[in-house]
Amino acid sequence: MNKKKFKKILVLGSGALKIGEAGEFDYSGSQAIKALKEEKIKVILVNPNIATFQTSKSLADEVYFLPINDYFVEKVIAKEKPDGIMLSFGGQTALNCGLNLEAKGVFKKYNIKVLGTSTESIKLTEDRQLFADHLKSIDIPIPPSGSAVNLKGAQKIAKEIGFPLMIRAAFALGGQKSGVATNEKELEEIVEGALAISPQVLIEKYLHFFKEIEYEVVRDEFNNIVTVCNMENFDPLGIHTGDSIVIAPSQTLSNREYYSLREASIKIVQSLKIVGECNVQFALNPSASTVDGKVDYFVIEVNARLSRSSALASKATGYPLAYVAAKLALGKSLIEIKNKITKVTQSFFEPALDYVAIKMPRWDLEKFKGAEEQITSAMKSVGEVMAIGRSFEEALQKAVRMQSGLIEGVTDNGFKDEKELKKFLTIPTPKRLFALTAGLMKGMTVKNLYNITGVNPWFLSRLENIVRVEKELLKTHKQKKEIKKEEMLELKQTGFSDKKIGILCGKTEFQIRKLRKSFGIKPSIFAIDTLAGEVPSKTNYLYLTYHGNHNDVLPLGDKAIAVLGSGPYHIGSSVEFDWSCVYTAMALKRHKKKSIIINCNPETVSTDYDMSDRLYFENLSFETVADIFEFECAYGLIISVGGQRPNNLAKKLSTEGFHILGTSASDIDRAEDRNLFSALLDKLNITQPKWQSFTNMQKALKFIEIEGFPVLVRPSYVLSGSAMSVCYNKNELRNFVSKAVVLSGEYPITISQYIENAKELEFDAVAQGGQIMIYGISEHVENAGVHSGDATIVYPTQRVYASTEFQLREISQKIAKELNITGPFNIQFLVKDNRPSVIEVNLRASRTFPLLSKAMDANFPEIAVDAFFGKALAHKFIYPKNVIVKSPQFSFARLLGADPVLRVEMSSTGEVACFGKDYDEALLKSIFSTNKFDVDKKTVLLSLGGSLNKAKFLEAVNTLINIGYKIFATDTTAEFLKSHNIDCMVVRKAFEQSPNALDIIISKKVAFVVNLSKNKLESKIKLNSITDGFRIRRATVDNQIPLFTDLHLARAFIKALGHYKISDLEIKSYKEYLQN
Amino acid sequence: MRSKNNKKVKLILKDGSSYEGKSFGANISSLKSISGEVVFATGMVGYPEALTDPSFRGQILVLTYPLVGNYGVPRKELWESEKIQISGLIVCNYIDTPFHHASQMSLGAWLKEQNIPALEIKDTRRLTQKLRTEGVMLGKIQFDQKKNNEKISFVDPNLRNLPAEVSTKKIKEFGIGRETIVVIDCGMKFNILRRMVARGFKIVVVPWDTDVTKLDFPFRGVVISNGPGDPMKAKATIKNVKKIIKQKIPILGICLGNQILALASGGTTYKLKFGHRSQNQPCVQNDTKRCYLTTQNHGFSVKKIPTGFREWFYNANDNTNEGIIHKKLPFMSVQFHPESSPGPLDTDWIFDFFLEKAGLINKKDKIK
Repeated sequence: MNKKKFKKILVLGSGALKIGEAGEFDYSGSQAIKALKEEKIKVILVNPNIATFQTSKSLADEVYFLPINDYFVEKVIAKEKPDGIMLSFGGQTALNCGLNLEAKGVFKKYNIKVLGTSTESIKLTEDRQLFADHLKSIDIPIPPSGSAVNLKGAQKIAKEIGFPLMIRAAFALGGQKSGVATNEKELEEIVEGALAISPQVLIEKYLHFFKEIEYEVVRDEFNNIVTVCNMENFDPLGIHTGDSIVIAPSQTLSNREYYSLREASIKIVQSLKIVGECNVQFALNPSASTVDGKVDYFVIEVNARLSRSSALASKATGYPLAYVAAKLALGKSLIEIKNKITKVTQSFFEPALDYVAIKMPRWDLEKFKGAEEQITSAMKSVGEVMAIGRSFEEALQKAVRMQSGLIEGVTDNGFKDEKELKKFLTIPTPKRLFALTAGLMKGMTVKNLYNITGVNPWFLSRLENIVRVEKELLKTHKQKKEIKKEEMLELKQTGFSDKKIGILCGKTEFQIRKLRKSFGIKPSIFAIDTLAGEVPSKTNYLYLTYHGNHNDVLPLGDKAIAVLGSGPYHIGSSVEFDWSCVYTAMALKRHKKKSIIINCNPETVSTDYDMSDRLYFENLSFETVADIFEFECAYGLIISVGGQRPNNLAKKLSTEGFHILGTSASDIDRAEDRNLFSALLDKLNITQPKWQSFTNMQKALKFIEIEGFPVLVRPSYVLSGSAMSVCYNKNELRNFVSKAVVLSGEYPITISQYIENAKELEFDAVAQGGQIMIYGISEHVENAGVHSGDATIVYPTQRVYASTEFQLREISQKIAKELNITGPFNIQFLVKDNRPSVIEVNLRASRTFPLLSKAMDANFPEIAVDAFFGKALAHKFIYPKNVIVKSPQFSFARLLGADPVLRVEMSSTGEVACFGKDYDEALLKSIFSTNKFDVDKKTVLLSLGGSLNKAKFLEAVNTLINIGYKIFATDTTAEFLKSHNIDCMVVRKAFEQSPNALDIIISKKVAFVVNLSKNKLESKIKLNSITDGFRIRRATVDNQIPLFTDLHLARAFIKALGHYKISDLEIKSYKEYLQN
Repeated sequence: MRSKNNKKVKLILKDGSSYEGKSFGANISSLKSISGEVVFATGMVGYPEALTDPSFRGQILVLTYPLVGNYGVPRKELWESEKIQISGLIVCNYIDTPFHHASQMSLGAWLKEQNIPALEIKDTRRLTQKLRTEGVMLGKIQFDQKKNNEKISFVDPNLRNLPAEVSTKKIKEFGIGRETIVVIDCGMKFNILRRMVARGFKIVVVPWDTDVTKLDFPFRGVVISNGPGDPMKAKATIKNVKKIIKQKIPILGICLGNQILALASGGTTYKLKFGHRSQNQPCVQNDTKRCYLTTQNHGFSVKKIPTGFREWFYNANDNTNEGIIHKKLPFMSVQFHPESSPGPLDTDWIFDFFLEKAGLINKKDKIK
């Protein structure tokens, strides 16, 4: 075979993390780049996600922090002239971009080969009809469906497909008038109802309670195929696999079913000539075979690329899928590629597991005001965890603890009453698992629960077992007031935490831990070796289980340091913390230490097989960390690089006598405890916004009388909705407190002065023995009041006095010295009239670490590790020649009902950052990276609430006019503009008759929308009524049109738009920016 | 759920190590023999098929997948032989709440009914690691330490003629078809039969020591089935296969059949340290880049390829022989199980290949 040797390959990343496309593509891209580098191929990467590992200087040869769209990627291609491109490692974003480039003839023009699966095959899988036809042609069943315009037609289709049927009204939103028909009569009723509101009905086979099963398939160009893993969803068909609890391998499939579906996957992959990875999803009949005795299934979906599921499969089995897929794309065969785990076998095999792996999604729906709680076929989760155990119960309870960090097990459920329980059983929500367990605790039967939810009785029986063990403990403990060794062992094998056992018998976690250890009950350390122990292998991939009595490894001893990871990605904790963990672990080598990573997030690079000397795929709880630490007899622990979750363990771990590297736990406590910290600031004479804690309303109102509104209210116990809120008057305060929080002696609320129109600055640094070794100051584009995770951030600062920066440095140094900080820290400042005050100090790496490290070309985590060993050197501050702007990525479009507006609570799911020669250039690239922006469409819709916003926006409007934008404006905005002689088209309010503001948006007449509310609480005031502004914002995100809701950002963007055309934007690699 | 009165039972290996566990199978009082060769298998599904696979005869089977019993036991027609063949079963966690539309009873009930002891020991991984590093080992399952300690000795099943134990005692016919194929039953899995019958052939199953050249009906090919134990013990079969070779009747050997064909043609066999017992064994077809995933269950292997034959397949993990094929004549055999059950269906084409070489089907008649 005439094999082409590739010299330079372009890899497309997936951009910012968003719902449906998260950290898994950092893992897959990183592995692919490593696989290519091994072959001495030059790698070019386009990915604006600055917090990823794959965009590090040490990985790809050139990195472009640019939007992943056909315009920018073509520019990169023209400049770099690669001979190959890889589209399957950057999720749907990369795939879509690749298909667009192909359609535009770019690959042909520059003579670039698409490596791996061909674009023809990808197109085939992306087009529903073509794909359905293809599957039919190879005798693979898909759910039969049809459409009709009258009852007669519907009846004909019904006859062909057979009952039960799902009937939907076409063109109707939210499942209106849809229903399930099990007989002729029901069919007639539903079809007539649907036809009353719609000209057409869609009819498809109703796959009632079908199981959802996935296979991860790998194929090389020699037609060798393996299915690396199969997985089964806990929930029946109908819930997006990203929102399902998933078990690997499948639990309820017989040999026949397992291998029949495997054979079907292989047939599909073969027919599509996939080279690399492919995911096939099936619906499987749980209650019968086909009439002729075959396995009754349908294919639901095929993804011809690496996916979230493949990342999960990779972590669940230890098979490095992305690495192998990259090698296959180069034309290698599966037999040629060594098994990276066993090092003695090769990649043509299917992992045999001797454990179960359970993935549980992490939702943060309560963080989005108005978002619907129900989970359906559209994904809503923002992250996930994976738990490994030797029984389903053990793994499931681990997963539950990993997922929230607060809940101790599946039996932790507080449903108010029968009615609420019934609701959460009937409607699938993130609480369903807990509702099922609650049902069992209340004596509902497995059969009954199956009939309501369709969750397979096998799973329900496992939950029942957990309930039984808990009930037995409660019963025997009530009688004997003691736990016997055998009972303790069974509790641990069923996945109960020490803390949970303690809660059940009125003891502390530490008491139970002591008792457990006195019995000699400790978890076994088992390795994941891909072959269930069949081949001896030295693997570093470990988990804990109580279903064993030996350890696969020996302790590393005092050479080892454990780095605690971030746990599941969620709003506020994302890939940036994983980046810090990875670099911390790698930097330990410099000090001749071995790294142990503890993390439970399958979407991360830190949990990759070659990132640490030892990986524990485990929970970040005190119990688990302590068990690992005690087993390893390690030198120490690093808790300051994985975000808040590991940081919270400081006190407990230090009480247990474990050595925490860096700042001491008592100093961490002084920074975290609001009262202690406030006293510390007062002592150092550092300004802070005035605040106080209250246990009753009268005193709170007295405080406000003196300090005045607005105030920021932070409850210690939240009933529903936001954990904090800004209140502008007494009514709002009363409303928030009475509806959303508990206010009592036990649960005080904290009220602080809310400073309006202030700037917010971030001070990130590493200190050693209280001395700052390196720091960077970055500036929020939006005013204070927008969560720092949602803010657009620019480095170096653009609108800050040198004297302010000087003050920030002085204050930070004082704090560093007082807290004797060693390691990473971050301080958030409010600045008004050149007077900084401190809002918050975090004695850990912040979200901004990768951004600053990359912008300053100084690796903050490495410096932090040096500081832990007293070896850090003070860095001289060099003023950067370029500007970098970080933009948040929102996923509102995925969250039905959520109000896309910026608030004090964070709601973005990811971020990007782009370099530029100046602020404007960097800002444009950055905003283009998080939005689908049509630069050729020169129209805009303005809806500016309040006279102040209007006046402040006037200059921006003039800029828009100057660069040729046509302006649509809502009523008062239009009046205002006209009074300033600005030409604009008036559009009616959203609730008025058509054509109105919504029509302009839905018909995609505008390139972007600016919607400024009078004050940030517009929607809060009218809690139950849908405002006009909400409708405009919602329609804008639903139609994927860029939306600006912040005055400062909108102005900055329009100003930049006035300065640069898209063709003016520089195509420069990261290295070029650094050399510049 | 696990009932409280489950007895503590021990698995004792010949090296003296012992593993305590809970019994979920047959009770001691009704048992005759509970010693055997302890082996492990790494498949994640297919316990009803594995337990009824006659190749496991005389063995105490350790399943490395930690949850066993999940989908119960299907009706007899779907088993691989008439009964459970293993001597004992060792798992990490037994699941007593199966749920599957094809399930007739729980695994525990089945084991009790068939009088096979079964143990739930937690650390099956340690046991596996031991067998892997020290090789397969004899073991016994001991219910009551006081009474039975001396009674049961370690019996090596490989010293017995196991094919004779598991083979059919009389000639049986299956399927309808113009042409007949004879299967020499050394411990045949029923799926070999099903895969051949599905192709439209009449199958005659004969006892392991039948001299098929003396059969009084016409037939067009011979399949030497899989089976348990040391191939050298099946002396009668080896002798008879030599006669078949002499008459140039097409032969397909499967598993033990591979070893018997090799021995009958002048090759040699040897005992592997811990054998292949899994559903994920990669087999490369010699001189191609094609690799197939296969089910395997054998403790012996072909060493010397007989004259006139070449290696057909080899194992991509340890390079052991996975099949031989005659350079000119329609004699071939595979060490893996093309009939699968349990396991991947990748090598079902072996049956077509054999039938084609035997001149019984054309390319276009292949089942897939």
